[in-house]
Amino acid sequence: MTDVRQAITEAHREEWARVVATLTRRFRDLDIAEEAAAEAFAAAVGRWPTDGVPPNPGAWLMLSANRKAIDRLRRENKPKEVEMFHDEPPEALGAIDDERLRLIFTCCHPALAMETRVALTLRMVGGLTVPEIARGFLVQEDAMGQRITRAKAKIKAARIPYQLPSADDLAARVSGVLAVLFLVFNEGYLATSPDTAPIRHELTAEALRLARLIRALMPEDGEVAGLLALMLLTEARRAVRVSATGELVTLGKQDRGAKKFAVPTNRVADQEQKSR
Amino acid sequence: MQYMVSVVADGTELAPPGEMAAIRAFNQRLQAQGYWVFANGLAEPSTATVVDGRGEEPVFTDGPFLESKEFLAGFWVIEAPNLDVALKLAAEGSKVCNRKVELRPFNVLKE
Repeated sequence: MTDVRQAITEAHREEWARVVATLTRRFRDLDIAEEAAAEAFAAAVGRWPTDGVPPNPGAWLMLSANRKAIDRLRRENKPKEVEMFHDEPPEALGAIDDERLRLIFTCCHPALAMETRVALTLRMVGGLTVPEIARGFLVQEDAMGQRITRAKAKIKAARIPYQLPSADDLAARVSGVLAVLFLVFNEGYLATSPDTAPIRHELTAEALRLARLIRALMPEDGEVAGLLALMLLTEARRAVRVSATGELVTLGKQDRGAKKFAVPTNRVADQEQKSR
Repeated sequence: MQYMVSVVADGTELAPPGEMAAIRAFNQRLQAQGYWVFANGLAEPSTATVVDGRGEEPVFTDGPFLESKEFLAGFWVIEAPNLDVALKLAAEGSKVCNRKVELRPFNVLKE
């Protein structure tokens, strides 16, 4: 049972962005993609404990999400569109990983407000739920839900393209994506609200995970490698930044010999090596 | 996909001669590249009349419907494949007319 739960958690972490990204391209609609992906994962939670974890969880989820999206189009009486999409078999997983990159650039589009980009990226790419994102940024759930709904509506109505930026825009657009990740990381590094713990690991961890994903998708980009390295170095000090009584410890007084300090620093060196 | 590029102005001075030339050149380029739908400048807000024809007799009121420091000075309607292209054109438009612009998509009516 715990194995199944773990498999679902793992599949969510590994496959969510890919499922949303692939469906967005196929159905040209972020809202349909998000809803169908969420339903597919809900179906997995219902079915896997009895049926067992499928041999290829990613393919199972993609197929299931694809069906849910087609069901929705049918319900909404769009048979023509259904026909169009029905003929296309779902693409093999892993073949077009940059599908996720498209999703990231769309969520971080400069025509969206910064806070909207953050929320949209955490939802569509990170797979966090609306309540989780609302909690992360101490906003009412309704308000956060509306922000995301409005963003999806704007993307559709204003036709924010679902494509990679052109070569001459790329650098600026990558900086935009990194700004979103750094904002998430920063909020976790030192929370701005007096009502939460000073360090919020769930946010730094999510920022790191997304930064690693972008690094994997754009291994040649020095800015991306640099931000990931900076995050890793900063995160390495996490354990020694708070005292036993929960107070922040200034840099000079932090225990630099602590074991946890050293491990990820090696990883940074590793990252830098790879980027050369 | 059509977009409206509204020129937001906060004064009634006309564009200096050099600017008019730049705007004309930009317009010609829009036409040559197939983005052009329509564009024009508006007379100053005080020339406006608000018309309410919903009642039995139409009511005419002198002046713009909204008194504000910023107002619509003119607009372009452009045809662009997506927002990225429209943003680039709007940025150029803003530059040549030396004013802020608001870019907004037209509603696409479902058949």
